[in-house]
Amino acid sequence: MNLKAKKLVEYMAMLVIWLGLVLLFGLMSHNFLSERTFVTLANRIPALTVVAAGMTLVLIIGGIDLSVGSVLGLCGAVVGLALVNFHLPFWAAILLGLGVGLGAGTLNGLVSVGFGIPSFIVSLGMLEIARGLAYLTTNSQTKYIGGAVEGLSTPVAGLAVSPAFLIAVLVVVAGQVVLSRTVFGRYLIAIGTNEQAVRLAGINPKPVKIAVFALLGLLTGLGGVFYTSRLGSSDPNAGVGLELSAIAAVVIGGTSLMGGRGSVVNTFFGVLIIATLEAGLAQVGASEPTKRVITGVVIVGAVILDAWRHHLTGKKFMLLKQLFSRPPSSKSTP
Amino acid sequence: MANAGPLHQSEVRSSAFTRSGTPPEGLTPNPASGPLLQVTRLQKSYNVPVLVDFSFALERGEVHALVGSNGAGKSTFARILSGLTDRDGGDIQLEGRPYNPGSKREAEHAGVIMVLQELNVIGTMSIAENIFLNRLPRRGGFLRFVGLHNEARQALSRVGLGGVDPSTPAGFLGVGQQQLVEIAGALSQNCRLLILDEPTAALTDPEIEQLFENIRQLQKEGVGIIYVSHRMDEIRRIADRITVMRDGRVVATHQAGDVTPAELVREMVGHDLPERKKSVVERPVGEVALRVRNLRAGDQVRDVSFELRRGEILGIAGLIGSGRTETLRAIFGADAKDGGEILVGEQPVVIRSPADALRAGIGLVPEDRKQDGLLLPQPIRVNTTLSTIARHANAGGWLDTRAETKTTESFCGRLQVQCTSHEQTIGELSGGNQQKVVIARWLARDCRILLFDEPTRGIDVAAKHTIYQLLHDLAAEGKAVMVVSSELVELMALCDRLLVMSQGRITAEFTPDEWTQEKITQAAFSGYLDQKESAIAT
Ligand SMILES: Nc1ncnc2c1ncn2[C@@H]1O[C@H](COP(=O)(O)OP(=O)(O)OP(=O)(O)O)[C@@H](O)[C@H]1O
Ligand SMILES: [Mg+2]
Repeated sequence: MNLKAKKLVEYMAMLVIWLGLVLLFGLMSHNFLSERTFVTLANRIPALTVVAAGMTLVLIIGGIDLSVGSVLGLCGAVVGLALVNFHLPFWAAILLGLGVGLGAGTLNGLVSVGFGIPSFIVSLGMLEIARGLAYLTTNSQTKYIGGAVEGLSTPVAGLAVSPAFLIAVLVVVAGQVVLSRTVFGRYLIAIGTNEQAVRLAGINPKPVKIAVFALLGLLTGLGGVFYTSRLGSSDPNAGVGLELSAIAAVVIGGTSLMGGRGSVVNTFFGVLIIATLEAGLAQVGASEPTKRVITGVVIVGAVILDAWRHHLTGKKFMLLKQLFSRPPSSKSTP
Repeated sequence: MANAGPLHQSEVRSSAFTRSGTPPEGLTPNPASGPLLQVTRLQKSYNVPVLVDFSFALERGEVHALVGSNGAGKSTFARILSGLTDRDGGDIQLEGRPYNPGSKREAEHAGVIMVLQELNVIGTMSIAENIFLNRLPRRGGFLRFVGLHNEARQALSRVGLGGVDPSTPAGFLGVGQQQLVEIAGALSQNCRLLILDEPTAALTDPEIEQLFENIRQLQKEGVGIIYVSHRMDEIRRIADRITVMRDGRVVATHQAGDVTPAELVREMVGHDLPERKKSVVERPVGEVALRVRNLRAGDQVRDVSFELRRGEILGIAGLIGSGRTETLRAIFGADAKDGGEILVGEQPVVIRSPADALRAGIGLVPEDRKQDGLLLPQPIRVNTTLSTIARHANAGGWLDTRAETKTTESFCGRLQVQCTSHEQTIGELSGGNQQKVVIARWLARDCRILLFDEPTRGIDVAAKHTIYQLLHDLAAEGKAVMVVSSELVELMALCDRLLVMSQGRITAEFTPDEWTQEKITQAAFSGYLDQKESAIAT
């Protein structure tokens, strides 16, 4: 009960922050608060959303995956190759793209968990490998695909949002449910909190960890499909820097980089905040460099806020309290 | 330097009472200098009041013991003194001046040093670095390792770890040795007030003796010592005064000679404890549940063979570093084995991981609850059901939180875990209550063979009885139970049979009618003697 209430409060807090941001841009630019803005927003975020959802789980077990941007590019390239060069049916091309993502993620997991190498390093290698492969498969050229894939990212009639957006929201909900309602989710949180204790409780953490990296790979594959369908073409440069946006979204959503704590729903709000920031700043005419500075400040600010909420002991808050009240020693008996 | 004056004075005074059993009038505050520490009506509450009008005084050169049940507020008081926690109200005077440490560093600067109840060594850093963590010798920003290691060696030899290489990563040490490293760190600092929060919970008699030597030395130097412990025999030996706490309040302060352990316990829990019967209640001992043959693991377990029967409580005694813990860990698959055979019943089993052990029906309550047991930021419920989580889910892997709560209520209730609710973060519980939750986790798992490593570490007198009773019940149900403890009295009260380990080998086996403290201690040292002889022979 208590816990559920606490969770709800956190969701509401994130929602309020996002709405505040929307309002701010609305005040700054008359055109911002329009249906078009939101439709564009909804159709831009599915790829980032699914990747960030998977990234949340990886960060919760205390890992990280820097390769998602490149893997997303590779998956998109493979989808393009399958449709344009091999004339595979649509569903087969998608399966292939998902499979490549799953494979890359599993490899990340196997190597880092199997050899006990930090996932930071392993995925850094994968970042290079996957990007290289993306260039190789596409001959470093953007491939136009056209109608076949665009359906995923075209708003459904009468709904204003695309199937991709709906799938992404579904992924977020499913991710949250898995995290908080299933044994697997409990394992993730426990491993991120104290892996040694989990092992000594008789649970083998390795398969669980590998599965999480694999899952992120699969979701990155899905992100690749969404990305390709939005552009209508497969671009070997797709997803450059996406790992940073994804990690930023997760962290803005309050997931700890130290592991053991996090929420997929809040990551979704993190994605919304980042996307809104980007769209809004563009709308008010901020230059690219300004946009980056502001985005950076927001990320760091969010993390500081989060640290304040979670990590600081009562002691630091006590300092604050002391500023507003008399020091404890002065309360003593005369 | 600064306290050279009082030092001399207290030297004279302390020699008058440290040896004799009755602390004389020398302890009454000297109006001229006043007590070393004067705490008046200290207040602290989290969600519930933890310290209520807590008043306390400590003289120079005095050992003042603090006793009370788990959750009475002892550690909270100690943490306030050492600047780790803020108080809500009340006054603290150190040597007549207001004392309000804002941090551990400030407290240390004022000469208040504390050994925390929970271990805090950094496993990846060397022992030497751990000892001098807050004052590493530096030159121009670079660490000076030569001086560091020499000083560390000195500090270690004060606590009986003279043979240990200070450059070893501290994580390689067992819990007892880590505890000694922390004590060494505290002893090597200039202090006026030393706070020891359950320093001996993982120590065996020889290390305790050595610690007491150090304490007596500090007393002579005029240092005041606050000593928190659940071991009554120890307190009677070392303390000058004893303050009993209950629910954050002072129940009474006694001169150590004026009070019996039974009276102390009555004051702690508010009623008499039932007289404990000797362990040899007739229990049918069944067939062999676990056979261990020629087990070898690392350099701590050299050759261990024994049998454990159903319905039996088998104890392992031994000194720190004798390989007791490592034996249990190797059986359980927590550490790698180098050789040997394990049979469950008649069946040889391969145990490479704790998961394998669990499949074979073996559970282990680990020695180091913080490192190996607890998910500190998670609720009590999650901690209790960690080993049984799959049983609290339906076929699809969906958690049944209500069933989890029920299990938690049942097992944590049986162990009387003191908490505000089962959703409370376990890190907020007192040390003893955290330990109870780890035990509850393994009781919930219902293993056929249960290995307990220091099960009562940090647990109060009354709750110890509950746990002893639980172990008996387990054995009576036909489970096979093994207990490692550094408290010989505990083993003798609890076990049907006792193995003694020394230098990685079993050097003796006793039944209750054979054993005496002397015999056990002798066997615990025998491995070291053999080693010397063979060293001379070669
Ligand atoms: N950070 C915290 N948040 C909430 N409650 C706390 C916190 N720290 C301690 N408490 C509560 O304060 C009470 C006293 O705890 P404390 O650790 O001082 O007990 P203790 O006397 O040292 O017990 P033990 O013998 O088990 O070590 C306990 O009920 C505990 O749950
Ligand atoms: Mg305590």
